[in-house]
Amino acid sequence: MVLTARHDVRGRRRAGLDWGVRRVAKPVVFLACLAPLAWLGWLAMAGGLGANPIEAVVRDLGSWALRFLLLSLAITPARQALNLPVLMRFRRMLGLFAFFYASLHVLAYVGLDQFFDWTAVWEDIVKRAYIAVGLGAFIVLLPLAITSTKAMIKRLGGRRWQRLHTLVYPAAALAAVHYVMMVKADLREPLLYAGILALLLGWRLVARVRRVRRGPAHQAWPGSSARTSVKPPETAVATRGR
Amino acid sequence: MLIRSRKPTDPLPSAITPRKHYLDRRRFMVATAAAAATTGTVGAVGVAVPKARARPAQRFDPFTLSPLSTDESPTDYDAVTTYNNFYELGTDKGDPARNADKLKTRPWAVVVDGLVQRPATIAIEDLLTRFDLEERIYRLRCVEAWSMVIPWVGFPLAALLDRVEPLGHARFVAFETLLDPDRLPGQRRPILEWPYVEGLRLDEAHHPLTILAVGLYGDVLPGQNGAPVRLVVPWKYGFKSIKSIVRISLTEHMPPTSWNRSAPDEYGFYANVNPTVDHPRWSQRRERRIGEFFRRDTLMFNGYADEVAHLYAGMDLATWY
Repeated sequence: MVLTARHDVRGRRRAGLDWGVRRVAKPVVFLACLAPLAWLGWLAMAGGLGANPIEAVVRDLGSWALRFLLLSLAITPARQALNLPVLMRFRRMLGLFAFFYASLHVLAYVGLDQFFDWTAVWEDIVKRAYIAVGLGAFIVLLPLAITSTKAMIKRLGGRRWQRLHTLVYPAAALAAVHYVMMVKADLREPLLYAGILALLLGWRLVARVRRVRRGPAHQAWPGSSARTSVKPPETAVATRGR
Repeated sequence: MLIRSRKPTDPLPSAITPRKHYLDRRRFMVATAAAAATTGTVGAVGVAVPKARARPAQRFDPFTLSPLSTDESPTDYDAVTTYNNFYELGTDKGDPARNADKLKTRPWAVVVDGLVQRPATIAIEDLLTRFDLEERIYRLRCVEAWSMVIPWVGFPLAALLDRVEPLGHARFVAFETLLDPDRLPGQRRPILEWPYVEGLRLDEAHHPLTILAVGLYGDVLPGQNGAPVRLVVPWKYGFKSIKSIVRISLTEHMPPTSWNRSAPDEYGFYANVNPTVDHPRWSQRRERRIGEFFRRDTLMFNGYADEVAHLYAGMDLATWY
């Protein structure tokens, strides 16, 4: 009896949290993710983008694409460090917003900056390495956006889906390099982004090395565990529950 | 009397929008945008232009208008003074305007030395009063593929060189920007090797198009545009036109130049505007004239080919970029 009651409370709490995430937190985060675009649109209409508004639009959209990429990559470390599994439920949205801003960035470059002069765009890709690298980042993001739906996760199977989505690491690296290469001399800002990315990727590397050292049972990454058949030692099971 | 002949590279007078009309168009666009904003329509990003501000009071009149001016309509004063590359005052385009108050321009003097008969230290007051100032409306083409039209106030560099009498074996002119991290705080960080240095061949320096500018739009130079005195060489990429000059030296050998030292494969000594020689970061085939939506074709020597092409006769401009 006591046990059931406690379960009931837990269940209700979980349902409440779920409702809160779905009906409150997610819409709020969604709108917050649109704020940079709204702000840019406002500045564009109010004439607040300075002397070269097209350059300002292209750069701002690119910066936000990179910021959202970093945010989506920060979810896993933050979730584990803060012990907040609920954060996981915002990862897809942030990733898709990264793709959204990256698409607008590419569109603004092709449509506003070059005005669909495909010859010029092609010349840029071939002759200017930073454009090619940026395009590479966008192309790598494409399959990730396409396979972001629940149906696609089911179709691919969790493990294969997870492996496919490790492509976000090279995509983010290419995006950061694209920014570093674009800048003429003052590398502070692009290196700041590259540094944050290095931290986020480094954290994963350290976590993985630790897991491997402690034994195969700790491999929490579904995509990487080919050796899960090994029986976990008792102590490991105990610590896992934390 | 002023007789101006139209060069083939100049736009037809009929192609130039009268200032009044484009100001009307801007007011219309701002009004439309405001209306769109209030009705909640989002879109049409990136066509906004800065508000046009009235020209400042003419501080330098009377000065003569030069026949070497283009008759293209000048870029908005606001754009000319808020979109600047002057890393000594910050690397963002808006930084120089924000930090310009740090650049105190008095006292100021320009040392002219090296291979000259009569070396001199010229106080800025003398520079402003002892030369015949002219208005020169020039195209400015930045290596970053944007351009402006700027009404400079200045005098030919040749007039200054004539006074110091270059020696027979002088072949180059070296220029140096002020080195003072208090007045040019960007120099606290080693983005480039400070002070900024530039150079010209002596015949380029003597060319009538080459001027020392002390003002723009009829007023004294704002700090962000290189106060109190800067070089303007309109057929070369903007970075050649060194700002806030404190030294001009005549030399026998080609002097080092800042961007060339920083990235020799990207920036050459000559840096002539040339749509056929590519740059690793920007296509030089076309440019965005600030205030315009569509890119326009970049002209050889920035449209000054008739005047300066002979200086480079027989030179391979792909090698001497």
